[in-house]
Amino acid sequence: MHESFGESHRSGLAIEAHGLVKRYGETVALAGADLAVPSGTVTAVLGPNGAGKTTAVRILTTLTKPDEGRARVAGFDVIDQPGEVRRRIGLAAQDATVDPVLTGRENLIMLGELHQLRRRRAAIRADELLEEFSLTEAAKRRVSGYSGGMRRRLDLAATLVAEPEVLFLDEPTTGLDPRARIELWAVLDRLVDRGTTVLLTTQYLDEAERLAHDIVVVDHGRVIARGDARTLKRDVGGDTVQIVVVDPTDLPETARLLSAATATTATIDRPARTVTAPAASGVEALISVAEALRNQNIAIDDLSVRQPTLDEVFLTLTGAPAGPAVEVSA
Amino acid sequence: MTTIAKPYLPATTVEPRPSRGFLHDAFVVARRGLIHMRRQPEQLSDATIQPIMFVLLFAYVFGGAIDVPGGGNYREFLMGGIFAQTIVFTAFGVAMSLANDRKNQAIDRFRSLPIAKGAVLGGHAIANLIKALLPITLMSLCGLVVGWRIRAGIMHAIGGYLLLIGFAFAMIWVGVLLGSVIATPEGVTGVAFTALFPITFIASTFVPTSTMPTGLRTVAQWNPVTTLSDALRIQFGNPNTPVQPSDPWPIAHPAAYTVIWIAAIVAVCAPLAIRAYQRSIAQ
Repeated sequence: MHESFGESHRSGLAIEAHGLVKRYGETVALAGADLAVPSGTVTAVLGPNGAGKTTAVRILTTLTKPDEGRARVAGFDVIDQPGEVRRRIGLAAQDATVDPVLTGRENLIMLGELHQLRRRRAAIRADELLEEFSLTEAAKRRVSGYSGGMRRRLDLAATLVAEPEVLFLDEPTTGLDPRARIELWAVLDRLVDRGTTVLLTTQYLDEAERLAHDIVVVDHGRVIARGDARTLKRDVGGDTVQIVVVDPTDLPETARLLSAATATTATIDRPARTVTAPAASGVEALISVAEALRNQNIAIDDLSVRQPTLDEVFLTLTGAPAGPAVEVSA
Repeated sequence: MTTIAKPYLPATTVEPRPSRGFLHDAFVVARRGLIHMRRQPEQLSDATIQPIMFVLLFAYVFGGAIDVPGGGNYREFLMGGIFAQTIVFTAFGVAMSLANDRKNQAIDRFRSLPIAKGAVLGGHAIANLIKALLPITLMSLCGLVVGWRIRAGIMHAIGGYLLLIGFAFAMIWVGVLLGSVIATPEGVTGVAFTALFPITFIASTFVPTSTMPTGLRTVAQWNPVTTLSDALRIQFGNPNTPVQPSDPWPIAHPAAYTVIWIAAIVAVCAPLAIRAYQRSIAQ
């Protein structure tokens, strides 16, 4: 079904990558990743630390050359035409890379000038963006005095100086407090409404679900699943039966009963006094486990069937919990 | 709570436009470097307080114990050496700014922009060359205060200052090499103290080489810091150790030998430095 490589831009793909491989010594950061992001959509690359998310972004933004594979961004080859790619992209790296010694305004003007705007034009553009991102008051203060959220907003503003066609956001909300995170989401919503193509990486499943049309799940340098949140949940299949017990000492026995009723392996969450297990048919499993619990005289607080969360999707796909894992430094 | 829920409408549509060239981009980066220097005066100490400290230390503390062979005022002898030492430290400033750029990922941001090849490095070079003018000016003033005078003709003096700027230019490439090879700002500081510092001391910077043991004296006599110091003394008409028939060629022709070093450092270090720099940023 693939069109020939290079037809991507005409076919409406803002980002197209085939078989990207990148090794750092013994570490394989990317082991043959494919990616296709249609113009004007938001794709979230979801995966734990060390999954290869940042490496993929670095290749697509021309910062690193892949060992194998090809990629085109905004219609240009990242290896053969890096200059053309750079004119059309914006990158917000994992740590906000705005200059801490300069003021917010100076940062934006400098980047405007490096995007080949004339100084006066760059200054006008800087003021527009500062206004847009609620940074006008802080415009003449040094960035070193900004809060984490302000710094991220400035970083995002900086990527927009030249109206990029494709925006890369590498873990845009990592390290932000919940309020700053929600504020940043609102900013991203506005960008998306404008029709900018966005590729963002995240470790947060709710963030991927909240912001992206498509989710690409990566692990150990490979794409292991893709689709929208609904499809991913459906593919992993089934419901989840959840039991909250009164007495924590009943947890192992409850888990055994639930495993038997669902013919799967139940998971115990001790602090929450909860046992969960996937089930092909949640309601049937619910009825049989309820009966078994009564026979064993196990007191319960709650018994429910629910759709899987993306966390469970992730767990099923990777065999490991999502979220911050041990950092594999590359 | 900050209100940021405004409809986003781009007020300007910006089309990709061609690069305005190496010099434009380099000057934008250089301006950033100069703002850094102005706002972080503590990081300028290698070019401001430190040389002044050395002038005062050697002029008033050690100076009394040092004789200039051939006679003359030690404080006037001293200034050529301090100028030379300060200029050698230009390398340190360059290396620090590159290491800091890498540390706070400014390099990645620059590299994702459509800027001319080499403009970031060029910007650092321009900023540091301008920065080198600061200690040259400060040292000249400080020297005047302790009794140093230019006793040669104006053209000679200009020659001396040009020699300093030329050496600063060469040291910028040494700095790029150091800053690219060494991973962290802390590492740069370490190397500066263990390598650059001794190089500026095993020379005629503060004491005549004639007082050193034979082996060390040979090293000092071929050290370009010695010939730069001596050449400056001659250009400024200050006391300098008289040349002996047994002295090697560099001592007899300090200015020429220094110029050869400047050319050699640029010819050898610049290509190596550019390659090391490219490697250091392309990870």
